[in-house]
Amino acid sequence: MTIDHPPPAPTTGPVPWEKSFAQKMLEQMLRIRRMEEKCAELYGAGKIRGFLHLYIGEEAIAVGALSCLTNDDNVVATYREHGQALARGIPMRALMAEMYGKREGCSRGRGGSMHLFDAERRFFGGNAIVAGGLPLAVGLALAAKRLGEARVTAVFFGDGAVAEGAFHEALNLAALWRLPVLFCCENNWYAMGTALERAQAETDLAKKASAYRIDAVACDGMDVVACREATEQALARLHAGRGPQFIEFRTYRFRAHSMFDAELYRDKAEVEAWRANDPILTFAARLRREDKLSDAEWAALEAAAEAEVADAVAFAETGTWEPVEDLLKDVYTPCHA
Amino acid sequence: MSYREAMRAAMREALQNDARVVLMGEDVGRYGGTYAFSKGFLAEFGSERILDTPLSELGFVGAGIGAALGGLRPIVEIMTVNFSLLALDQIVNTAALFRHMSGGQFSVPLVIRMATGAGRQLAAQHSHSFEGLYAHIPGIKVLAPATVQDARWMLAPALADPDPVVIFEHAGLFNLEGEVTEAPEWDIAHARVRRAGSDVALITYGGSLPKALEAAESLCRDGIEAEVLDLRVLRPLDEETLIASVRKCRRAVVIDENWRSGSLAAEIMARIMERAFYELDAPVARVASEEVPIPYPRHLEQAALPQPEKIIAAVKGLYA
Ligand SMILES: Cc1ncc(C[n+]2csc(CCOP(=O)(O)OP(=O)(O)O)c2C)c(N)n1
Ligand SMILES: [Mg+2]
Repeated sequence: MTIDHPPPAPTTGPVPWEKSFAQKMLEQMLRIRRMEEKCAELYGAGKIRGFLHLYIGEEAIAVGALSCLTNDDNVVATYREHGQALARGIPMRALMAEMYGKREGCSRGRGGSMHLFDAERRFFGGNAIVAGGLPLAVGLALAAKRLGEARVTAVFFGDGAVAEGAFHEALNLAALWRLPVLFCCENNWYAMGTALERAQAETDLAKKASAYRIDAVACDGMDVVACREATEQALARLHAGRGPQFIEFRTYRFRAHSMFDAELYRDKAEVEAWRANDPILTFAARLRREDKLSDAEWAALEAAAEAEVADAVAFAETGTWEPVEDLLKDVYTPCHA
Repeated sequence: MSYREAMRAAMREALQNDARVVLMGEDVGRYGGTYAFSKGFLAEFGSERILDTPLSELGFVGAGIGAALGGLRPIVEIMTVNFSLLALDQIVNTAALFRHMSGGQFSVPLVIRMATGAGRQLAAQHSHSFEGLYAHIPGIKVLAPATVQDARWMLAPALADPDPVVIFEHAGLFNLEGEVTEAPEWDIAHARVRRAGSDVALITYGGSLPKALEAAESLCRDGIEAEVLDLRVLRPLDEETLIASVRKCRRAVVIDENWRSGSLAAEIMARIMERAFYELDAPVARVASEEVPIPYPRHLEQAALPQPEKIIAAVKGLYA
């Protein structure tokens, strides 16, 4: 049986990181995974409503890429942004409370799963309009350049976004003005039910960026080491004055597009093949082989993640509902006069 | 049958009856439609007529306009009204203007369908109602089927219309069950009285119709006979039916899920003022969405939208 989008062979090579850092990366991926598994359960229980897009299977990208950024950098994400939000350092409590719609959430409960924001961490959302974040990222980078700030703006978007006009306009602007934007394309081969080859005449996405004279690479998005290295190298080129950078992270979403989805558009064998390439399990296996992870350490990571999730859920449960009298709040900025 | 089944039957019939009809949009084919409206169509009609498009709203709506000019009868589906904003340039600057700016030489026989409305906790970027915005534009016709019967029978006349027709399907109605007639009904010009009454006219459309009907039942128990008028066609407005209803009842409340300022409700009130001011026993009232982006939590979302209780309160206010 042939698979439409075969996964790359799982990476087995040595992990070029010392044990503590490697475990840190594993821990970050595991936190995202466990949090989202709980979200799916809470959705079933009616605690989380609306649309819920899980990142399960794609964790290596957010963890690898964001591990290269500093607190001064900007992050712009999509509606599938739980992973970026957590990896960026937004407390799990605030994320869970947001998904409940509670006041204690990172967007004060107003946004929900698709609109996670955190000004302090320069996390500019949570955008549910496909490709909506790309022009915004260009503007953030324009401001940084104009104000003489060293920050980089990393913007995440899916393969589907590449078809939107906003993608092309944003890439051209960033290249034309040589702005410090890191374009992070999460190619999971599908935009809802539409496979990449049904949406793009040219499926080599890096070529799109090259057409705008932007340095572009593709990397194995299932391998956190590759994700981090590709990002480090792109940032080095950016800082060396080569302008905006584009990385295509090749990945796969293990779950449905949102919570309801008959998945008639893809083969079960394809899903299974990618699941065998689970970014967390394959990385953990490599660490074990290199004696960088013992059974006890793995168990401890698991236990810590479980405990954090339980704590976040308890926090969200005891969170408060915003009073209806405040309905019209935050439409405009209050006057300072 | 359900609203969803009715819409599906209407599209299927159009595809069967006229080889020029094509359906295009995001995930209409393999996925079977975002809301399963076109499930099975790809197998039945083939990929030449059921066109899955990339995420390129501006591009495929514009292509729909060109295809209509070129001799096809496209049904272009946009997932939700929010995403139609990405295509607004083609709809407004091209489809709506083409006939006029060509001095009547070219018409654009295009149908654009889209889901609209809030109520499912989809938060700010997925819950808009922009019927009023579209109804502002000369050159397009705007329909809002609010019953299963209309979901079944409004598409064919829309397709037969020589000009662009935009159809708003409120997502809160998709599972609504109702009767449909065997024989086609051919009317995309008139408003309809859905419940006859004599004391107050509740004027509404789309997703607010069930709420108005619910309010009317409750008012009836309090001795107020409300007439419920379903506008159905938001542009051009059926002013005669509207004014007749207001004249009969002498009181009116307009119910509109669009934001209050500059809404379609405001336009309806202005028409009533122009034509029936001296026949009113009370100022016209309205129940619209609160002027806030739709918040995610259920209690805030519900508070932001028109509700039967708000309609009842507005009606009682007319008697205060
Ligand atoms: C402009 C716009 N059109 C359509 C949608 C509906 N929609 C939401 S996500 C999605 C698929 C996007 O796919 P991709 O960019 O590959 O991201 P993924 O979901 O795979 O992470 C679609 C069609 C939307 N949110 N915005
Ligand atoms: Mg995708």
